[in-house]
This record gives sequence, structure tokens and C-alpha cells, in this order.
Amino acid sequence: MNVRLAAALLCLISPPVFAQGFAGLGTEAGGFAVPENPLTFDFPADHGPHPEFRIEWWYLTATLTAPDGTDYGVQWTLFRSALAPMTAEGWEAPQLWMGHAGLTTPEAHFSAERLARGGIGQAGVTPDPFAAWIDDWAMVARDPVSGDALDALALTARGMEFAYALSLTANGPLIFHGDAGYSVKSAEGQASAYYSQPFYTVTGTITLPEGDVPVTGSAWLDREWSSQPLSEAQEGWDWVSLQFDDGARLMGFSLREADGGRYTSATWIEADGTTQAYPDGALRMTPLAEAQVAGRSVPVEWRVELPDRGLDVTTTPLNPQSWMDVTVSYWEGPIRIAGTHPGRGYLEMTGYE
Amino acid sequence: MVYTAVLTLLSHWRRHPGQLLTLVAGLALATALWSGVQAINAEARASYAEAAATLGQDQLSRLSRADGRPVPLADYIALRRAGYLVSPVISGELRDGPARLRLLGIDPLTAPPQTGAPALEGEALDLAAFFTAPGLLLMTDETAAGALPPDLPPIVLRDTVPPGAAITDIGTAARLLGQADPNYLLVAADQPAGLPPLDEARDLRLQGPSTTADIGSLTDSFHLNLTAFGLLSFAVGLFIVHAAIGLAFEQRRATVRTLRALGLPLRTTLVAFGLELAGLALFSGALGLVLGYAIAAALMPGVAGTLRGLYGASIPGTLSFDPVWALSAIGMTLAGAGLAGLQALRRAAQMPILAPANPRAWAQASARSMRMQALAAGTLLAVGVGFAVVGGSLEAGFATLAALLLGAALILPATLGLILRLASRSARGALSEWIFADTRQQLPGLSLALMALLLALAANIGVSTMVGSFRETFTGWLDQRLAPELYLSIADPGEAESLLAFVRPRAEAVLPIVSTEIPLAGRPGEVFGQVDHATYRDHWPLLAAAPGAWDRVADGEALLINEQLARFAGLTLGDVLEITPDLSLPIAGVYSDYGNPTAQASVTLTRFTETFPDVPVTRFALRVPPEDAPALASALRDDYGLPPDGVVNQAQIKRFSLSVFEQTFSITGALNVLTLGVAAFALLTSLLTLATLRLPQLAPVWALGLTRARLARIEVVRSLILGALTFALALPVGLMLAWVLLAIVNVEAFGWRLPMTLFPIDWLRLFALAMLAAALAAALPALRLARLSPTTLLKVFAHER
Amino acid sequence: MDKLLQIDGLTKAFGPVEVLKGVSLTLDRGETLALTGESGSGKSTLMHLAAALDTADVGSIRLDGIEMSHLNDPARAALRRDRIGLVFQQFNLIPSLTVAQNIAFQARLSGRHEAARCAMLAARLGIGTLTRRYPEELSGGQQQRVAIARALANRPDLILADEPTGNLDEATGDAVLDLLLELVAETGAALMMVTHSTRLAARLDRRLHLSRGQVSAVPRAA
Ligand SMILES: Nc1ncnc2c1ncn2[C@@H]1O[C@H](COP(=O)(O)OP(=O)(O)O)[C@@H](O)[C@H]1O
Ligand SMILES: [Mg+2]
Repeated sequence: MNVRLAAALLCLISPPVFAQGFAGLGTEAGGFAVPENPLTFDFPADHGPHPEFRIEWWYLTATLTAPDGTDYGVQWTLFRSALAPMTAEGWEAPQLWMGHAGLTTPEAHFSAERLARGGIGQAGVTPDPFAAWIDDWAMVARDPVSGDALDALALTARGMEFAYALSLTANGPLIFHGDAGYSVKSAEGQASAYYSQPFYTVTGTITLPEGDVPVTGSAWLDREWSSQPLSEAQEGWDWVSLQFDDGARLMGFSLREADGGRYTSATWIEADGTTQAYPDGALRMTPLAEAQVAGRSVPVEWRVELPDRGLDVTTTPLNPQSWMDVTVSYWEGPIRIAGTHPGRGYLEMTGYE
Repeated sequence: MVYTAVLTLLSHWRRHPGQLLTLVAGLALATALWSGVQAINAEARASYAEAAATLGQDQLSRLSRADGRPVPLADYIALRRAGYLVSPVISGELRDGPARLRLLGIDPLTAPPQTGAPALEGEALDLAAFFTAPGLLLMTDETAAGALPPDLPPIVLRDTVPPGAAITDIGTAARLLGQADPNYLLVAADQPAGLPPLDEARDLRLQGPSTTADIGSLTDSFHLNLTAFGLLSFAVGLFIVHAAIGLAFEQRRATVRTLRALGLPLRTTLVAFGLELAGLALFSGALGLVLGYAIAAALMPGVAGTLRGLYGASIPGTLSFDPVWALSAIGMTLAGAGLAGLQALRRAAQMPILAPANPRAWAQASARSMRMQALAAGTLLAVGVGFAVVGGSLEAGFATLAALLLGAALILPATLGLILRLASRSARGALSEWIFADTRQQLPGLSLALMALLLALAANIGVSTMVGSFRETFTGWLDQRLAPELYLSIADPGEAESLLAFVRPRAEAVLPIVSTEIPLAGRPGEVFGQVDHATYRDHWPLLAAAPGAWDRVADGEALLINEQLARFAGLTLGDVLEITPDLSLPIAGVYSDYGNPTAQASVTLTRFTETFPDVPVTRFALRVPPEDAPALASALRDDYGLPPDGVVNQAQIKRFSLSVFEQTFSITGALNVLTLGVAAFALLTSLLTLATLRLPQLAPVWALGLTRARLARIEVVRSLILGALTFALALPVGLMLAWVLLAIVNVEAFGWRLPMTLFPIDWLRLFALAMLAAALAAALPALRLARLSPTTLLKVFAHER
Repeated sequence: MDKLLQIDGLTKAFGPVEVLKGVSLTLDRGETLALTGESGSGKSTLMHLAAALDTADVGSIRLDGIEMSHLNDPARAALRRDRIGLVFQQFNLIPSLTVAQNIAFQARLSGRHEAARCAMLAARLGIGTLTRRYPEELSGGQQQRVAIARALANRPDLILADEPTGNLDEATGDAVLDLLLELVAETGAALMMVTHSTRLAARLDRRLHLSRGQVSAVPRAA
């Protein structure tokens, strides 16, 4: 999903360089591998890093509720970005890592960022036993592991004013987007490898400036890697993961193009994990209301339609100010769903900087 | 009305362009020297501040190992994995012969924002290139233009990098320096919630942010020195201005009287004078700024060299323009001109409209003020002695100097008057009697210039005695200390065995030299490991030694420290110095260690390697018969294959040390000459002023039977007499100055005390110079007197003045 | 025998202004001569020329037969020092020297200093008690007495006095002039004196009037 963020990681901080790097990403794979259809997955190895691809992420969002009924949202992301299609030991390893952590309450939104280079042990991912970490932030397998390596995870992160420690347990299978994991991102055919674990139940504790709060809820993990996933004309994207009260789920994104056009894609996930992928045009995402967020106008309420499934819902944010104040900033926060299929979910919107 | 008044006053200058030139030159010179010195100071301070701010050292704490060695990479990772926001820095120096470059390898990914890592600011930087081999080096264009080691990665120019250094990715630095472990960790000011305090986390040493760095305090004395010189020059310049304004006023007495008789109010007259003065001061000040900038720019490379050589402080050799500096210099000029013009304005204010000109009354008033001045001088001298006795700080040292110099200057007129009175008593002949009497009468008018001359001469004697003493001690010490004939260094510690096998049969002794940087008594310091050898026992000058000092050191029971450490930490023989928690030894001796700003301790090699097992031995001193040294050096290069800079002979090191030394004092020398020149100029303007005022006194003597040529010669002789007397008084003052510099200021500033040596030949040279200055100053007025048309002299008799 | 002072055809101009146009006069040893004339008529100019302080454009001045225009600067200075005594309107004493030193100054310069003579002159001029004072501590009359003593101490042949009483009140002026004439007579020096006062001029042997650059003898009033 968050392609632009990963692109930014490569180019780090300087905007002109960002543009240059972005262009590079959009056009050339430059010695890196590209996902080929059909993809064959090899687990647990594919839970680990793919250094021959340029960008990759482990992206977890959780919708949580406290005993007093207050809703919360948590984000934990580890991006990998390669300067060269190889790994190495030591300071000069050409792999850079970026962690983002977010915590949303109805009143506040906290965010934090960590950067690291590979090769020295400060950040990385190992597939078996599964562990992804940057500094003291970690997403690691809780032992004993049975079934998939990602089935039972412990998740921690810490910012200046917040922290969380969650325990995740999957009660469904991994699901694959697009064509068995081959997810096309533009009409020109840019694509990525993309699978998810959308069936986590969560218990744990979040730490706010006011103190600890016990929480329960559900979570969704995205795994994606690619080398040239964006079309040059694409400006940003709006992405949702929706968990309906009836147990079904929907992943949908809408890539905004410079000429005003959109490229959409969706995956319908039944409660038992069976999926149906929808090509461009099947999903409709329409902004309903904008909010002033961090000095810019962001569409925080959406109408999401998937006529094939009779889906017509509107989403409202838990906190419209869910702004990730990090190097390349974006909106990411929990949402409530009303309409034909009520439920909860997560909304991510990039490219509004 | 004011306009008319100012115009009337200004018309004076059209008829006296020379006087205008004097006034402008005086103000401009004063401004130039002062502002020049200030510009140098400001530039240096700014670059210290910049250096201190490099990598946010002024805001960020650091973690480093107590023993000064690099922090293991695993420790760094452990800290990060525990959640602490720390960022690694690998720093070191690349050397190739004289070319050297300080590398600062940073990790932009973890560097706290205060680091201000220039890599990530400003214009686009190819970050992929920055992060991956061969990497990029960021440095100023000045650094890039200098001598650099070969085979460096591509260079990108950034003007925020400290001089002589390059900022690069930590990976690049690790590769170039062959070191994976960070030298220290920068600690972000804010740490995440819920972590225990960092200083409990590891057994690393947490150092608070260093505000304007230690280098600032080290170099303070140097800048204080410059400032003192600048003020001295400014004062001397003001003497000139005072004389010029005084003259201009005297000559316009009649004009002012007429203006006021014609109904111009006194207030308007004063305003007109003030405006005229302010205008002249602004113009001259601007001129002085240009000059000052030129002086500073000319001296800057020398200053940079000095600071680098003596203190290891890097500042750029070039000057940048600072408007605040310009404003403050102009302000100083205005204030100075106001001060100098105050007396003239007061006299204008008090002058009755119909007062006849009466210079003698002025002289009488001066005699009264001369007594007051002598009184003030006595007080100042007493204060100076007081400061010298109490002492104990750099400030006290400089206060002693200031009080002493000012006191000596103030007491000069009274002393000269006394000497001249005594001399005139024993004078034979009407002419000599008149010369002495007349000279005495001129004293008030000349005293300012003579005081300036005294200051310049005393400063000259004092500083040259100090420098001379320093040079003599330093060269003697170098000869002693640098006893080994050859010094070897190797890049790879693994090479040591084969090198030793090569040199052992060829040299009388091979002395390993090993050291590590480590704080001593809370200051930057260095510990040496030495083998027991006659070279040290015979040649190391111990300032203080316990009985059997060398034996006790050789047995590993004691250590030696340098004078600097002993002085600032107040350590004496027998005190125990803790180098590391594992290594505490009593002090058996104190050795002199000139030219080195840091603290030093020396232990036996065995002790050293026990404590610092990882510090490799890469340097060796060789004792060979001096005549065999060149052959062995070339054998080492040609047969053994040491690189050319791997072998250094004693003479080379001496030459280098002495050149650093000479550079240190070249700026002092330059300022000395400038100050003396300004003083001579002050004397010239004073004499020119007096020449006009004194015509009525010279005319009768001429009428009574002296030729103008003779009178002119007398004028020169008079100036010489005054110069000689001033020199005679300046000599003891200068020697006192030298003593204060050596015994108080040096000890406080550098941490070492030097024996004072006298250089009478230098005094003779300076005396000749002073006589030359006096003669030159008198030459122009004398020449004018000799060429004076009789008509001018006759006017004295014919007209009422 | 030659005249002491012989001036012939003396001409002096300051720029376009011809102040003296062929002045001729003589003065014998021991003779006293009064020079009168309007202000600006050139009296001082003539005195300065006679004192070898300035040089004429045309004409000759001979002192004791010595032609001044033939002398170089040092010789003219020596002439002034050794042969001439000067008394000015503004006294022109040397302010840095005491009265005694002022009186003796010229005599000592020419190596003819006699302490006794100086003391005598001071006593005669009524300033014997003031010898240790400085000029500015004296009244105008006292200062002019010092100047006269100085002019006479050297035993000059010629005394040139330019309005010696011009800065003094009448009574003081009379007293000072009495002393001057008395002492000149005693020493046998010649005196040329500029004065505005006909009354004073009448007390001298001869009187010349300077007008339009020319001198003319003024007959003694009846
Ligand atoms: N140095 C000089 N330059 C120009 N003019 C002069 C100078 N000295 C005297 N004069 C002029 O010569 C004339 C005679 O002057 P002076 O001999 O002083 O007159 P007196 O003494 O009779 O009053 C005056 O008109 C005076 O202005
Ligand atoms: Mg006259």
C-alpha cells in the first residue's frame, strides 16, 4: 500500500531529490527485480525481506476499544528501501529502514518515526521465527508458533508521549490480493506482490500521557513488495481496510491521477478467507466531506461503493486529525462505517502534503 | 544659522588641508587598528561557535567510553534496541604528509535534529551517492582548495562545515578510517517516554553539551592579547585626534570669537563644532573600516595558523564582513572623536568673547592637571602592584598590565618635567638653558604623544622580551626533549614486528612511543607509555622531582605529569592522579612541556599496555649516532619500504615546532610595529600643532640672533631628547610588562612559566627605532621652520595675534 | 669716519604695495633718532630691515660699513646678536626663561655676558627684585624694562625700538623712556625709535617723518 512513503524513504528528506527518486521509481527498476505474474509464495521465507526488490513493508493497523467503550486505533509499520539490490554487513549495507507508529484516540493523534540502516542490527526482519524490528519497536512471533509464522505476534512501539504493547492472534488464513498476490497498480501494468493477514484479534495495553489503558479489538497486517509500483502520472492514493460486523472484509484503494482520473482496485474477503479481486472501476470511492488537517484540506469522510456486492457505505473518522507528522506526512486513522454494511476500519490517504 | 556656522568652520580646512589630513588619518588609523583586531577576534569567535555547534555539540550530550576508546558497535545497537535515541559518530584524521583532513562520519538516519547535519539541508544532494560507496565528502571550498590526502571520495561543497574537516556518511568514514566502532554517540535532547535515565543504562560516560567549547577558553588569552593591542592602538590613535582637534580649535579661536561677536549663540557654535566633528568622524571611521578590514584580511592567515598550531583550533584563514562589527567600530570612532573633542568644545564654551589668545594660560592649566595626573598614576601603579600580588587569574594578569601601562603613561609628563628641570639646572650656556626650559614648557602639548610613544615602546619591549624568553626556553627545551635522532610511524600495527626486526640491529636503542587521549583531572588530556631509558632520564627536563623519580616510574609505582596539568589541577609531587579507575599512581615528577595546550601524564610502557591493551604501538623513536641518522632514514625508506612520511628526523620536527612558534608571534610583531608607527605619527601631529602655536616664542629668539636653520636643528634635538627620555622610562615599564606576561599571564593562559631573559641588543635596536621615529616626527616641522620666510616671523612682532 | 648706520635708496614692496620707496637716512654713533609716521606708513618695515630681520628689494643698509645685503643668513644672525639691541612694542620676552635669564640671554649668546652689568641694568631699571620671576608674572611696564635691559646687556652699537611705549600708559611710558634714553646716553649706543608721540619724539636728537614711502626731516619745534 503506502508506496509514496517507501519511495520517500529512499530519497529521504530533500524534496528535489524526492521528485527525482519518485521519477526513478515510476519509470525504471534499475537493476532491481520486478514481480512477475504468476507469483509463487514460499512461507515463512516470504514473510522476511526481499532485498532484491526496491521497496517492501510490514504494515499493521488495529481498531481497538477500551472497557469504557472508547475507541482507539493503532498503526505499526516497518518500511524497507534498498539503495542497491543486495544485502551486506556493516555500515555500508545498502538497505534503509523506516518505522512509523501511530496511536489515535477520539481527542488526539500521536505519531513517531524511526530510521535505521541495515547491516548493523539496528533494524531488520527475520522470517523464522518471525521478527521485525527497528530500535525497540518490534513485531515478533509469540512462542510457541503453530501454523503460519505470523499467526501469533507481539507488537510494541514507543513515541515521545505514547507507547503500546499488543498481543495479536490470527483466526483466519493469509489472503492474497489481485491475481493470487499479483496486485496491479496502474493501467500501464505496474504491480506489486501483496498479501494480508486481516483476521487478528487483539488484546493489550496502550499508554497515553494520562496512563495505561487496556484494550481489545482486531487488526490487519499488509505485506507488500515491489520495485516500480507507481505510474508516473499517479499523485497519491486513498486506501481503506474495512471489517464489517458480519465478518466479511474489504480492501480497496483508489490511485489519484494527475488528470483527475482514478485507478481503483478491491479485494472482497469472506469471513472464511475466500477472496474475490475486483479490477479497475468496480470500486467507487467518493469524498464527502473535507477537514482542515495540519494546514491542508483532506477528505476525511468517504462514500465507498462496490455495486457487485451491494455495498454502499459512508465512513467517518474516529479523529479527523489523524495526521502522521513524519518525514513524509500523510493521514492514517481508524474509521466507523455506516450504510449497507456497518463496521470499523482504517483509512489511509497519501499525497496531500 | 547652524548651516552657516558649520560652513564657516569648515572653510578652515580648505586653507589647512594638511591638518585635515592629519585629523582624518588619526581617526582612520585608530579605527583601522581597533576594528581590524576586532574583526579577527569576531571571525575566530564565530568559527569557535560554529565548531562548537558542529554536530550540535553545543546542545547535545554525548556518550563515550571512560577510557576514551571507541564505543563498540554492539553497545550502540543495544542502546538503540533499548529505545534510546542516540546517534553514532566516527571521527578521525586522514593524513598524508602535511596534508590532513578531519573526518566526521555521521548517521543522518539517527542524527538528532540539532545535529544540523548539513548533508540533508540546502541544495539537493545525491543521497544514494552519499550513503553508498565511494560516498561523498562535504567540506568548505577553502578546505577543498587546501592540501588534502589522496584518493578521497567525490567532494561536495558546503560552507557550514568546520574548516579542515569533512562531513560524510558514517559508512564512508568507517571505510576511510578503517574503524567500525563509533567514537562517541550523540544523545537526542528528548528521549521517549518511560525509559530509565541514560546514565544508568550503560557504563558509558555521559558528557553534557559543551557550550562554546573548551577551545574558546583555551584561546581566550590569545584574543585578550589582540584586544589589548587593539585598544592600545585605538588609544594612540585618539592621541593623534586629540592633537589635531586641539590645533584646529586653536587656529579657529579668532573665527569663533568673531562669529560670536556677530551674534551667533554659544549653543549654535557648539552644535556647529559637534556636527563638524561628527561628520569628520563618520568619514574617517568609514575610511578606517576599509583599512581595518584590509589589515585583518592580511593578518588573518597568520592568526589562523597560530590558532591551529598552538591550540589546535581551526578557523578559516579568510574574513567575512559583519555589519555589526562595522557599526560598533564606527560607534567607537564617534565616541573616541567625541572624547578627543570634548576639551576643545569645553574651551570654546568657556571662552569669553573678548578674551585675548593666551596659550600660556593653557599651559598653566596643564601644569595643574599634570599634578592630578601624577596622582592618578601613583594610584594606578599601586593598584597594578596589588593585582600582581593577589594575582591568580588571567583577568588579574591583564588588570596588572593595564594599570601598570596606564600608570606609567600618566606619570610620564611629570617625570619628564622633573628630569628636564634637573637638566636645565646643570645646563651651561644660554642656548641649552633655553632649550631645556622651552622643552619643559612644551611638555603639556606633547605629553599625549609622548604617552603614546611610551605605551608603544613599553609594549614593544615587554612583548619582545616575552617572545625572546619564550623562544630561548623553547628552543633549549626542544633540543633537550627531542633527543632521539629518528622518529618512525607505521600505519598498520601488524607491521611493528618486522620493522623492529629491521631497525634493532641498526640502532642503539628503539623506544616505542604510545599514547591515548583521555581526560585528565577533567580536562582533555593524553597518557603516554614509555620504556625506561637514558634518553628520558638524561633529557627530560623535570621542573620538580621526588627522590628517585625515574626509578619509581620505571618500577610502575609512579607517574610523571606535565607542568600544565600540575598547574591547573593544583597537583604537586606525591599527589595521586587517577587516569582510569584501574590506574591511579602518585606523581613523582613534573616536566616542562611548552607549546602543548593539553594535560599529559606519562607512565611506564608496562603500566600503559596493562591499562590500554588495545592501543597499538605505531610510533618509535630511534637512538643512533647522529652522523648515521640520514643513512638509516634512507635505508628505512629504500630497503625496508617505509613511506616517506613514516620516517621523520629530529631536525624536521624542530623546524616544524619552531615555525609554529614563529607564526604564533608574527602577528604580535606586526601589531607592535603598527603601534609604534601610530605613536610616531601622534608625535608628528603634536609637533606640527605646536609648531604653529610656538612661533611667538621662537620669533624673539630668532630676532636675538639665531638662524632659522639652527632653530630647526634645535627642534630635532629636542624631539630626540624627549624620545630618548621616554625610551629610558619605557624600558623599566616594558620589563615589568614582560615579567607580568611571563609570570602571570602565561601561567594562566598556557599553564607554563618561563624564565625571563634580557635582550639588550633588542633594546638598542628599539632605541634606534624610537630615535628614528622622534627624528622623523620632528623632521617635517623642523624643515618647515628652516624654510619659514622671515615675514612670517616678523608678523609676530608686527601684528597683534 | 663712517656713519654707524647708513641707509641709501631703500625700497621694499609687499606684493603690489610699495611700502618704502627709496628711503635714505644716516645715524651717527651715540645719536638718537625718532621715526614718526602714520599707522601703516612702513615704520616697522624700515626697522626690521635695519635690524637685518628682513631683506630690502633695492638699496643698501650699512652698519658700521658692513653692507647687510652681502651677508648670508648666519652672518645676519651674528650681526643681530652682536651689534643690535631690539625693543618691541609687545616686549617679546622668552616666556620659558626667568627675568634674569631673559636679560642675559642675548649677551650670553654672543659670549659677552657680564653678570655685573646685567645686575646693574636690572637695578637701574628697577627690576632688581624681580629677576627670578617669569615674564608673564610681570606688568607691561616691568616687561618692557626687562626688554630694555636685554637690549642693553650686550653693549650693542645700535638699539632699535619699535614703539617701546605703545603698549604702556602715558606715565609708565614716560618713565620707561626716561630710563631708555638715560642708559643709551651712558652706553654711547645709537638709538632709532619709532613713536607716534611728538612729545616723545622731541626728546630725541633728530626726528624723521615717514610718509608715502619717503622720509623727510622734521625740524625741531621751536
Ligand atoms: N608681511 C607683510 N605682507 C604684506 N604686507 C605687509 C607685510 N608687513 C607689512 N605690510 C604692509 O606694509 C605696510 C607698512 O606696514 P608697517 O611697516 O607695519 O607699518 P607701521 O609700522 O608704520 O604701522 C602696511 O600697509 C602693511 O599692511
Ligand atoms: Mg608698526
